Amino acid sequence: MKHQIPMLILSAVGTLLVVSVFVPSAQHWGEDATLYFDIIAVFAFFLGGGNLIRVHTEKVSHKSAGWIYSVVTLLGFGIMLVTGLFKIGNPNGIAGDLSKSGSYFQLLFQYVMSPLNSTMYALLAFYVASASYRAFRAKNTEATILLVAAFVILLGRTALGVLLTNWIPAQLSVLQIPNLAIWIMNAPNLAGQRAIMIGISLGVISMSLRLLLGIERTYLGGDS
Amino acid sequence: MIALLRVAKFVVSLCSLLFIVSFLPGQSVYSQDTASSVNNLPPITVKAYDTENDAGSSITVEWSDPGYWRREGFNGYRLSRKNVASGIEDSLDVLPTGHVLHEDRSVSDDSSYTYTLAVLINGANLTSTSTEVVRSSKQWFDNRLTWVLILGLIICGAVIYFIESAKRGTKLFLRRIAGLEAIDEAVGRATEMGRPILFIAGIQDMDDVQTIAGLTILGSIARTVAEYDTKINMPVCTSLVMTAARETIKHAYVTAGRPDAYNDDMVRYVTNEQFGFVAAVDGIMVRERPAACFLLGAFFAESLIMAETGNSIGAIQVAGTAMPAQLPFFVAACDYTLIGEELFAASAYLSGEPRQLGSLKGADVGKAIAMIVILVGVIATTIASAWNSESMLWIENLLRQMFSTG
Repeated sequence: MKHQIPMLILSAVGTLLVVSVFVPSAQHWGEDATLYFDIIAVFAFFLGGGNLIRVHTEKVSHKSAGWIYSVVTLLGFGIMLVTGLFKIGNPNGIAGDLSKSGSYFQLLFQYVMSPLNSTMYALLAFYVASASYRAFRAKNTEATILLVAAFVILLGRTALGVLLTNWIPAQLSVLQIPNLAIWIMNAPNLAGQRAIMIGISLGVISMSLRLLLGIERTYLGGDS
Repeated sequence: MIALLRVAKFVVSLCSLLFIVSFLPGQSVYSQDTASSVNNLPPITVKAYDTENDAGSSITVEWSDPGYWRREGFNGYRLSRKNVASGIEDSLDVLPTGHVLHEDRSVSDDSSYTYTLAVLINGANLTSTSTEVVRSSKQWFDNRLTWVLILGLIICGAVIYFIESAKRGTKLFLRRIAGLEAIDEAVGRATEMGRPILFIAGIQDMDDVQTIAGLTILGSIARTVAEYDTKINMPVCTSLVMTAARETIKHAYVTAGRPDAYNDDMVRYVTNEQFGFVAAVDGIMVRERPAACFLLGAFFAESLIMAETGNSIGAIQVAGTAMPAQLPFFVAACDYTLIGEELFAASAYLSGEPRQLGSLKGADVGKAIAMIVILVGVIATTIASAWNSESMLWIENLLRQMFSTG
């Protein structure tokens, strides 16, 4: 029963979602089904929050390695929860909108959360540089082709690319670096991406059928 | 100086002349847009019909403006609706220039209506004749998706056929997937080094098929981890994934005959926040230095940050996603990458179960159809544009229609 009921729900909702794509009058059924998922996910948040508090409280109480980070996590969690739940500093009080500027929750979000998020995102620039350096080393034929293509695209998107090849006559304009860059992006790159997309779509169909037919059950903690 | 004065005099005279000329009747740019010329235009034609492929309660009103919108003082179109049974007339909306169509979603399927359109020019209303009586209704099938349904049925039929065929014992060939072959090697290495394994199932919830695909692979990895007596660590960013992952790992430990070694803390919730989750995962990687990192699921901008951090600590990395934009990052930073469909094929590949393998074979039929259609499409389009061939143009249009959903 532990596996049969979830399987039944999955098959019923999955079939409903497929039907709602083709039957206009059933579209709202599909929307309702996804709404129920959101409701369940909200309740499940208590599980996540509870787990977070338990894991980090244990770490602090046992003084495990890096326990000080757990203190920061618990403080951050608590402060955001209390300011948000009780709408502390909210200009219109407890009945007001939490997203109004001036509330402590909004201030914390704007001046703590957003800069921290931006900092993490900004790290991506450095990681792109280091990954590109490794990927573009001409170790074999494929890597060399990748390097040349990347070089043309990078050059084609700068003013230098235009300057270097704008002497090429209009009849041979395809050989101008910016145009070559456009061609690489629109022809070989797009063709490759579409091939991957077709594969992904077929993979999703096959996986969905395995789930709907109950052949795949690993995610429920059962044998496949 | 005198010459300059002469030029200035000439310019002033010319401007004065143009100013006077502009007041002469029939000479103004706008003078042709008078009420009389408006009256010369043919009447505006309006038609109303039940909106196609919808769930009812909607009528589409379409009109063709012979040129009123170009006239001076044009203020838009006012659409009115009359309920035939009750006789109640409602003014619906004033629509600006450029509109030739309006979808009225405030109708009832039980009533019939007529529509009239008034062109508003300088306060005057030029009203069209009423449309024919129209009634909205719901459709039971979206006709635009007929080909999608047919193709979907062919592919699903092929998948089911091969599943049944595999059940009957037909041997199916499956090509080797290096990333999945490396799982044992990665877990073995972690065991030898005495370090944990890190598993990330993406940052989406259980409603994403990529997350489910990630969890199905987790089942196989967790079984190997349990057999090798290694530690697995799985930070998650949604509560439902946490619950599902716990069930999956628990079952894997039970299957491996080591239920005592299972611990709920192997899977822990971190945060729903994308970059907060990345910061936590990077911290875990740097502090605990896992020997193997598995990044299997739906990833976005965080993919490279995680993969590069994993690379910097020297972990064996197996990644897989169906996000085409993130694949290059994984290829650059990880040892093995499951590209798109391989992520979905992984569970079948790892289980080796005939029914699952059959489903992969069915998807291959879809690939064969795609290849044939692409080939035929390329040939038809090339011939149609080079030799203006009618039959090839027909094939091209048919293929476009088949794969269009709009």
